Amino acid sequence: MTWETVIGLETHVELATKTKIFCSCTTAFGGDPNTHCCPVCTGMPGTLPVLNKRVLEFAVKAGLALNCSITRYTKFDRKNYFYPDLPKAYQISQLYLPICRDGRVDIGGKTVRIHELHMEEDAGKLVHDPWIDQTRADYNRCGVPLIEIVTEPDFRTAEEVIAYLEKLKETLQYLGVSDCKMQEGSLRCDVNLSVRPAGSGELGTRTEMKNLSSFKAIARAIAYEANRQIELITEGKRVVQETRRWDENKDATYAMRSKENAQDYRYFPEPDIPPVRLSEEYLDALRAALPELAGAKRARYQADYSLPEYDCQMITSDPALAAFFEDTVALGAPPKQAANWIMGQVLAALSARAMEPKAMPLTPPTLARLIALVGEGRLNRNTAVKVFEAVFDSDGDVDAYVREHGLEQISDASLVEDVVTRVLASNPKSVADFRAGKDKAFGFLVGQVMRELKGKADPRAVNERLRARLAGEGPAPSRGGPRE
Amino acid sequence: MNELRTLTALELGAAIRRGDVSIPEVTVLALNAAESAPHNAFITLAGAEAMRRAEELQKGLGDASSPLYGVPMAIKDNICTRGIRTSCASKILGDFRPPYEAAASAKLAAAGALSVGKTNMDEFAMGSTTETSFYGPVKNPWDLSRAPGGSSGGSAAAVASRTCWYALGSDTGGSIRQPASYCGVTGVKPTYGTVSRYGLIAYASSLDQIGPLARDAADCAAVLDVIQGRDPRDGTSLDGRYGHLLEGLTGDVRGLKIGLPVDCFGDGLDGEVRRAVLAVADVLKSRGAEVVELPFPVMEYVVPTYYIIAAAEASSNLSRFDGVKYGWRAEGYDGLTDLYNKTRTQGFGMEVKRRILLGTFVLSSGYYDAYYRKALQVKAVIKEAFDRAFESCDLLLTPVAPATAPRLGESLSDPLKMYLSDVYTVSVNLAGLPGLSMPCGFDLSGLPIGAQLIGPHFGEGRLLNAAHAFQLDTDYHKRAPKGGITA
Repeated sequence: MTWETVIGLETHVELATKTKIFCSCTTAFGGDPNTHCCPVCTGMPGTLPVLNKRVLEFAVKAGLALNCSITRYTKFDRKNYFYPDLPKAYQISQLYLPICRDGRVDIGGKTVRIHELHMEEDAGKLVHDPWIDQTRADYNRCGVPLIEIVTEPDFRTAEEVIAYLEKLKETLQYLGVSDCKMQEGSLRCDVNLSVRPAGSGELGTRTEMKNLSSFKAIARAIAYEANRQIELITEGKRVVQETRRWDENKDATYAMRSKENAQDYRYFPEPDIPPVRLSEEYLDALRAALPELAGAKRARYQADYSLPEYDCQMITSDPALAAFFEDTVALGAPPKQAANWIMGQVLAALSARAMEPKAMPLTPPTLARLIALVGEGRLNRNTAVKVFEAVFDSDGDVDAYVREHGLEQISDASLVEDVVTRVLASNPKSVADFRAGKDKAFGFLVGQVMRELKGKADPRAVNERLRARLAGEGPAPSRGGPRE
Repeated sequence: MNELRTLTALELGAAIRRGDVSIPEVTVLALNAAESAPHNAFITLAGAEAMRRAEELQKGLGDASSPLYGVPMAIKDNICTRGIRTSCASKILGDFRPPYEAAASAKLAAAGALSVGKTNMDEFAMGSTTETSFYGPVKNPWDLSRAPGGSSGGSAAAVASRTCWYALGSDTGGSIRQPASYCGVTGVKPTYGTVSRYGLIAYASSLDQIGPLARDAADCAAVLDVIQGRDPRDGTSLDGRYGHLLEGLTGDVRGLKIGLPVDCFGDGLDGEVRRAVLAVADVLKSRGAEVVELPFPVMEYVVPTYYIIAAAEASSNLSRFDGVKYGWRAEGYDGLTDLYNKTRTQGFGMEVKRRILLGTFVLSSGYYDAYYRKALQVKAVIKEAFDRAFESCDLLLTPVAPATAPRLGESLSDPLKMYLSDVYTVSVNLAGLPGLSMPCGFDLSGLPIGAQLIGPHFGEGRLLNAAHAFQLDTDYHKRAPKGGITA
């Protein structure tokens, strides 16, 4: 029998707001335990949550970009359960009126339906110290805003799941609503999976897999779990509806104990947060302010700049990189050259420093200036790469650097040599005069060379080369590399 | 000195500003009274802090403009006070000292208030007699064998016994108004949201509201003028929108339409209470108010609706008391679940556990629709009933409680009877309206009787002015219990 795997995803994404969802503590990742928290996010008695408007804005933006319908009257609900990482013993979430519903995401010709997108708060972390056999609670992450995006069971393969997650990640990064770093837990994915005979219209019993910390882990867990279920059914056994934990080291899923024996979360409307009404003006303003997403950018780069598809992919792989590219082009850099610089030197420099594009110190005007100098023939490309390396970390002044280090193309002997040759050839009378002993003619020739070099040449170098050539020496050999 | 204790808060404030008496002197008076009083009205007396504060306020007296400057007061023990034990009268909070101050008490402090301590209450404000306190019951200053009402029984007793001049209480289903009634003082439950709940340890978040208990309507107005207003730390808070209350107390009630909901004067109401409450209408009528009778056909639903909603929210609000982070933790536990079980089983009292169980049940899967959702629907019906009532009148006059203060020990054995005695007060919280309780007479045993005035949203000015008018013509609010003043 052929089997079909049916998968739905629940993805938790930490929003990149500066402060938490219900208090003004920082959302910064890490920090010493319990240093990013306050009486509100640790649920001290008498404290109250106040909704961070930014969270609402980010959730709506995400919903709009995922083609959801936005709930005009949205509310929060309490999800009650006891666990030490949840200091209030309830999570403020949304059950009855989530902020977004009924979206869709296109992945390579297939549409994945979004069931809903809702806002909620993250919990803290428990750290077990085996040395003292104690568990400690770190509440830094408590109250970090999350959106949970729930799809319909529309996936049939791991490849579709990964394609969706990549699209989701790219979209949310472009919106600036999340950095989506799986390794830091800012994008977490639970996989609901069931199997059924191919062609069947009914869904099988599903399991939910947690602790999937990379795309690779997701793909392997899907393969494992689908096989496990198929084997169970083939052996005449039943799939039990349960939550299973993916063990990365053992490459297998294990049934997980639930947080409470009976999973009754006793949801009810959160009385501390008034319902939120969204006006059409508010939604229109957010809609109008939505940034161009990666797909649209790629199409535009191909159409407007005739960039190869590969270049478009590379440059749009990160919104900060794309913005850097566009700003550089806007400053007059030819698109293909800007693209080459970014795909070459910029990415290499970032990678050597293990740096995110958005943290890059180099600014578009600096790269644009460098490209202009090369374009004007005033730096050769190899010299320009040196300059790039030198100014990258401090976003230094390219012109100043070139001047101070005598790197202008003028001191590139081959250019001076070319101009000297040209000037000598086009002024035979002055050459003859000089050779006849008229020193004034030498001054004229120096002037001509300097003018050709826009006055930026080193006069001593021009003098030296002119005298040598007039004395009968041949042109100096051109050098391939920049001057060391 | 003892005649100072007969002054209202505003009168004492004026005496302090005139220099007739110093703030440290009145503070000593209040602390001595609190220490010698037999009522168990306080859980924590903050004597050293109060004296330090008194000296500091006395130094700043020259710049004082607030009418309450330097007047000793008390704070219910479910309102967080920075560095001072806040117990909610529960074992489970142990020696919890909040690192933050509640908005209401912080606003009062900024206006020169001086707290002498934290008043006793029903555990987590759950009760109508202040007998569920882990720190023992409060005794009614009018009769030490009787309950002061609850849950703000300590605040009511402290004001009634002239120990301090006013107090903060909280009211979720009548917890300011009913003890004010049993103890013969004036108390206001403000419009929901107009006093920030920041720092009020929640019982039922959608119903809880902080308010004053004081000697008369004018003192209540002065306190409300300070504590009302939007607070960015409470998303449900809003401005009172009623102007300056104290300045609005003219006593002029001409043309004011007072509604008597006939359904509030039927069976189950004590005859003496009925007579005293209806007499309020006559006094106000003599000042030019009109009195109209009107139906209020939702009375049989208000108590069950209240207990479902309040218990549901309480079951969630009180989940945080798990022994993990603060307060009291049971000893000898084995693992996490046992830590939870032992701490909560031993840390909460019977009434609190009863309401947590009730609330957990009504929110459980399979019962939510039948109980909690239905209660929310009935709550909307109750709100509509009030809306209709306020179409034909400006405020409502009702009893506060069916009878005067019960004997200590009478109510605990029959919780259902205790719940039913909340019938006149809970609907006000369900509808988010302002309600006021004021003394309007005494029964044959000499126990105070209270009358309740209910206004539309932001109708505090109307309520207080009507109460003020009544108090201009009567002296019930001026009478003090015999044991109250040790002169």
